Amino acid sequence: MSDERLAVRKTYKLYIGGAFPRSESGRSYVVEDSDGAFLANAAQGSRKDVRDAVVAARKAVPRWAGATAYNRGQVLYRVAEMLDGRRSQFTDEVASSEGVSRDEAAAGVDAAVDRWVWYAGWADKVAQVVGSSNPVAGPFFNFSVPEPTGVVGVVAPQVSSLLGLVSVLAPVLVTGNTAVVLASETRPLPAITLAEVLATSDLPGGVVNLITGRVAELAPVLAAHRDVDALDLAGAPASMLVDLERAAVTNVKRVLRPDASESDWTAAPAPRRMLAFLETKTVWHPIGL
Amino acid sequence: MESEARTTAESGSGAAARLEQSSRPSASTFGTGHSIVGSDSAAVGEMLADLRRSETDLRRFLHGLPGVDQVGAEARAASLVTRSIKTSAKLWALEMAVSMVDLTTLEGADTPGKVLSLCAKARRPDPADASVPPVAAVCIYPDLVPIAKRALVGTSVKVASVATAFPSGRASLAVKLADVRDAVTGGADEVDMVIDRGAFLSGRYGLVLEEVQAVKEACGRAHLKVILETGELVTYDNVRRASYLAMVGGADFIKTSTGKVSPAATLPVALVMLEAVRDFAELTGALVGVKVAGGIRNAKDAIRYLVIVNETVGEAWLDPSLFRFGASSLLNDLLRQRSKQLSGAYAGSEDFSIE
Amino acid sequence: MTKSYPTHKPEAEPGTVPPLQGDVAEEISRPDASGQSRGSDDPAGGLVATRRGEQASFTYAPAPESRSIVHLQSSYGLFIDGAFVEPADGNAYKTENPATEEVLAEVAAAGLADVDRAVEVAGRAQREVWGPMSGAERAKYLFRVARIIQERSRELAVLESLDNGKPIRESRDVDVPLAAAHFFYYAGWADKLEYAGFGPHPAPIGVAGQVIPWNFPLMMAAWKLAPALAAGNTCVLKPASTTPLTALLLAEIIQQADLPPGVVNVVTGAGSVAGAALVAHPGIDKVAFTGSTEVGKDLQRAIAGTGKHLTLELGGKAANIVFEDAPLDQAVEGIVNGIFFNQGEVCCAGSRLLVQESIADTVVERLKRRLATLRVGDPLDKNTDLGAINNAAQLEKIRELAAAGEAEGAVRWSPSCTLPSKGYWFAPTVFTNVSQAHRIAQEEIFGPVLSVLTFRTPQEAVAKANNTVYGLSAGVWTEKGSRILWMAGQLRAGVVWANSFNRFDPTSPFGGYRESGFGREGGRQGLGAYLDV
Repeated sequence: MSDERLAVRKTYKLYIGGAFPRSESGRSYVVEDSDGAFLANAAQGSRKDVRDAVVAARKAVPRWAGATAYNRGQVLYRVAEMLDGRRSQFTDEVASSEGVSRDEAAAGVDAAVDRWVWYAGWADKVAQVVGSSNPVAGPFFNFSVPEPTGVVGVVAPQVSSLLGLVSVLAPVLVTGNTAVVLASETRPLPAITLAEVLATSDLPGGVVNLITGRVAELAPVLAAHRDVDALDLAGAPASMLVDLERAAVTNVKRVLRPDASESDWTAAPAPRRMLAFLETKTVWHPIGL
Repeated sequence: MESEARTTAESGSGAAARLEQSSRPSASTFGTGHSIVGSDSAAVGEMLADLRRSETDLRRFLHGLPGVDQVGAEARAASLVTRSIKTSAKLWALEMAVSMVDLTTLEGADTPGKVLSLCAKARRPDPADASVPPVAAVCIYPDLVPIAKRALVGTSVKVASVATAFPSGRASLAVKLADVRDAVTGGADEVDMVIDRGAFLSGRYGLVLEEVQAVKEACGRAHLKVILETGELVTYDNVRRASYLAMVGGADFIKTSTGKVSPAATLPVALVMLEAVRDFAELTGALVGVKVAGGIRNAKDAIRYLVIVNETVGEAWLDPSLFRFGASSLLNDLLRQRSKQLSGAYAGSEDFSIE
Repeated sequence: MTKSYPTHKPEAEPGTVPPLQGDVAEEISRPDASGQSRGSDDPAGGLVATRRGEQASFTYAPAPESRSIVHLQSSYGLFIDGAFVEPADGNAYKTENPATEEVLAEVAAAGLADVDRAVEVAGRAQREVWGPMSGAERAKYLFRVARIIQERSRELAVLESLDNGKPIRESRDVDVPLAAAHFFYYAGWADKLEYAGFGPHPAPIGVAGQVIPWNFPLMMAAWKLAPALAAGNTCVLKPASTTPLTALLLAEIIQQADLPPGVVNVVTGAGSVAGAALVAHPGIDKVAFTGSTEVGKDLQRAIAGTGKHLTLELGGKAANIVFEDAPLDQAVEGIVNGIFFNQGEVCCAGSRLLVQESIADTVVERLKRRLATLRVGDPLDKNTDLGAINNAAQLEKIRELAAAGEAEGAVRWSPSCTLPSKGYWFAPTVFTNVSQAHRIAQEEIFGPVLSVLTFRTPQEAVAKANNTVYGLSAGVWTEKGSRILWMAGQLRAGVVWANSFNRFDPTSPFGGYRESGFGREGGRQGLGAYLDV
């Protein structure tokens, strides 16, 4: 026992604006593994943390939305490279958080990395698939282009701590949006490690913001926030869905409801999650001498 | 400093150009349809007089200039940035850049002591190396001009003063002219004025022109630099038009910025201004200088500007009489890079005196 | 003392090389037969520099890119089934540096047996490995290739300039980045083919035989391989005989990326032997060719009736159309870029300037003034704008057509420059007083020669622009948006550049009308050539 090296335990903080602050409330809560054993004290985010995260996300919009699609693809692909480099760390955290075997956890991590790669490759293709030039009946050049909505609030899946998280976060980013993510309440650790990967990648600060804490306390704040443009309710408890949708009405948010077919996140994704956070802009221009 | 390539016209506005005797007999045309025969100075004089007299003509002329495509202009500037200037060329450029610096201090906290220190640095940038040329000028506020003038007696360093309610330019013409006269009486060799950007952006080109002409007159023998404040003009089309406005008004130099607003000088802005200067020279024979100011902190940037000058207007402008850098911290970086070129080693942070 | 305003340089007498002027002479008047590096890149020690007094003007010192990053082998084999092998009959030839005529390396000359083997292994790899592989896995292989190209970009750029003759600035800033970008873009399609607009289950065609030209060797290899592989095909690539080296380095990169053997094969050699054998081989399901219209027609004839899929990217004689309200300075840059980028050895080069008559004189004058700053010389010098012509045969063609231009009455002009005594060089040349009936207005020169014609109205510009058997590209310069769109609609060209020229992107489909070929490379549309649809 005295031979065993004492671990230098990690402190789990929030990820806002590219930095790792503690919650302004000073609170934390206990995260347990699937057997009920202590894993960590995670920061318990407050409404003010959510407010700060939204400010950071909004500030990051011009740079991220204004980057070329190629550049976004490059940044996201490199994130995938870094995720792949940390596979064993993620496998440990997923295994302990979800109580699955190491093999199963490893398969999930591999699937998460591959899913990130799939989305990264969409960056410079969405416009070609979703956009169009429209043959209007007149001497006009008319084209439709997809543009990012802006700031997306994401309630991450509660059970699938990495694959589910990646499946909801990557489509938001590849389309040029920024995100405020509420991590899984009981299984937040892979999310925070993902935030560490993002912080050391080329992703600009504020593009992704991650808050750990009580979903019941924080989701309504996000839903009602008027500077959040869209809401992904993938991880919202069923009992809260109606109220959250109602709260989102205040500024006519685009709301993405949970989909039963996504319950374990292993199925190949469809473009739905990208389309949900894109606006279509149609432009007319006369053709003439 | 005498302008070498021009004389003052009868009207006293000081800006009508004596035309260079051009060897080219062919007509050069502009998009406006104005056809200026190269050797006909009377036609040029008449055109300039028309522009000065009629705001309608002036507007038509400015709006008839060829537009600037932003993407194309920025691509051209970016391509010139890829020029690799090494060894002997780099040393030449560094020393040329030093001789083109208007060493500047424009702070509310400026004192006689600060200005004296600046002047000492200006006349002898490197105390350890007398072969370093002095800078072109110091650039300061008008009330400190007499002090600078005394400190620089017997040197080639000019005293340039900002004026006309620098940096905002928001004051009546009377106040602005009083500001100029103050600087000139104090002994300023050069005056850096600001244009009225409010007037420009609201289309009152005639007012902007009148102010330039009035200031030019108040300058007497002093050289006039006209600051366009390109960061506030925003578009390259505006930069081109404002450049022409200033030149028609009699500017000896056009200058990018006050350095108090961001963005200040940029390579594409300098490119557009140099193109305007080149075209104006072709149109009228007058050689107007360009000063880039604000945000030029290192030697690498300075050399890039010199490349743009070289490949846009040519060697004639690679001279302190036609190109300047308004800067402060640039000077030490030029010295640092120069010492590395000569010795092969990178300099230390305290190897050069602060101002 | 008056400052003299730089007047534009006196016109060169046709046929003579005018005396040296200014700074251009420094770098290129030294015939450098060895092509060896003249010094490394800004060594920390620096050369002992001279004082400003010793240099009277802003003359750019030589800024050579070092060659040492490239490890040239003395001889190269063919890349078949994942390994470099000797050709069956041992034939080889030499590839040289066109700037100096120095031999760079010996390269294998593939014969019929080699081509046969390459096609066979490609077929097997397609059926057993690459075709059945999931798109996601193929994607990851292609991402690796893209990454390694980025990692080895400097090496690739130097090698490209050595073998092709193009300036290092272009190979570094255009060719290599675009090659990587094409692999990146198509990697992302490999697992999304059902969204590409070709139906729910688009299938690959099989084995692609791909023959590419010498003007953009690495980039053309990327344009061919990336979409083919993403779609699930395997490839046999035949690089141009004068520029095999970057394709062979790419083969090494493909090895480094661990692609399964046989997925990509590179058979170097003569077009008339290896290329012809490849195209005719029954094991090839799809032929992709970029090159001259003449050879493209030969190919089309050769595979007639065989059922092979075919795409062709051939020659052009693009019109670069400048209206009187064009942004003039940028238009001049666009003209220069249009015909002198890559020495004008570009299928989509803006080789005809169609300028509105009302501004023709001023545009030509500005163009000539601008050309005085164009730097012709050592391709490895970072300040070189115009490099060497790729090979002697091409140089001869350019000379012949330029002579024809003079003979038919056009007025020839070049800026002053001194060309090295060794190597294949042609001075940038502008012909004015050109009319549609001239050979230099109709035939593709594929060199740094611009023909200037005028027009009066947009309709006349369109008529002249379209009056050609080609239809690859066109440029339109005007500040009026509606006119840009009207012109774009009227021009019979596969690519229209408005207020720009020679812009390429992997997302942007590229290809021609009529005798400039058919099929598109790049974009979602570019997948269509490699899917069985």
